[in-house]
Amino acid sequence: MTFTTPTVRLSRGQYERIVAHCYDGLPDEACGLLAGPVGEKSEPRGVITEVTPCTNAEASAITYTVDSRDLLRAERAAEARGEELVGCWHSHTHTDAYPSPTDVRQAEWYPTWIYIIVSMRSSEPVLHAFRIRKSEIAELPVVVGR
Amino acid sequence: MPVEVKLPTVLRTQADGQASVTIDGATVGAVFTALVEQYPGLRGNLLGDDGGLHKFVNVYKDDDDIRYLDGLDTKVGDGDVLSILPAVAGG
Repeated sequence: MTFTTPTVRLSRGQYERIVAHCYDGLPDEACGLLAGPVGEKSEPRGVITEVTPCTNAEASAITYTVDSRDLLRAERAAEARGEELVGCWHSHTHTDAYPSPTDVRQAEWYPTWIYIIVSMRSSEPVLHAFRIRKSEIAELPVVVGR
Repeated sequence: MPVEVKLPTVLRTQADGQASVTIDGATVGAVFTALVEQYPGLRGNLLGDDGGLHKFVNVYKDDDDIRYLDGLDTKVGDGDVLSILPAVAGG
């Protein structure tokens, strides 16, 4: 393993905000950003302090791009709190909550991040979290309701 | 005209580990040309094969995405800050 696998800690409210945004985004993929404290070399500690729902600039059911203005706002807000953006989330409308080849390729830009994926294919949303680096995928434990 | 260019973590290794660099140029394109001359390792991450801005790179002049201004032709002046943030994208 080339990276740490911290436990992702979401409050119940944060979890519900993520899932609600995924429902709101249907039939397209929804996306958002996660902020929190980091350790050395920007390694996330796993605690999420802020979830920011964003616009999917692609407005697509198979791809997403966080609107560039949403990204700058969230980055500046995290910086002002002495934190960093530590990850993002997006929904998969028709596939499992597991990184797609596109997700793995794009993760090279943010190799320290936590990637939350919410599958909307079944009647109940399924949320999983990952770290992705150099094509290596590691699932992270998720605790909701800390 | 010196402009501060803030680099994202992932690109700093290609610029001697610096978080920001100061570069002269009258437009974003001129600043980027000078930037990649100084740090050739950045070229492939900032510019596409056609010399345009890389599809997955966002560049902001202060608070504005330059795609909503004049792209690489966007004029920059003394004291402006250019921030580079890779796009957050996937499928």
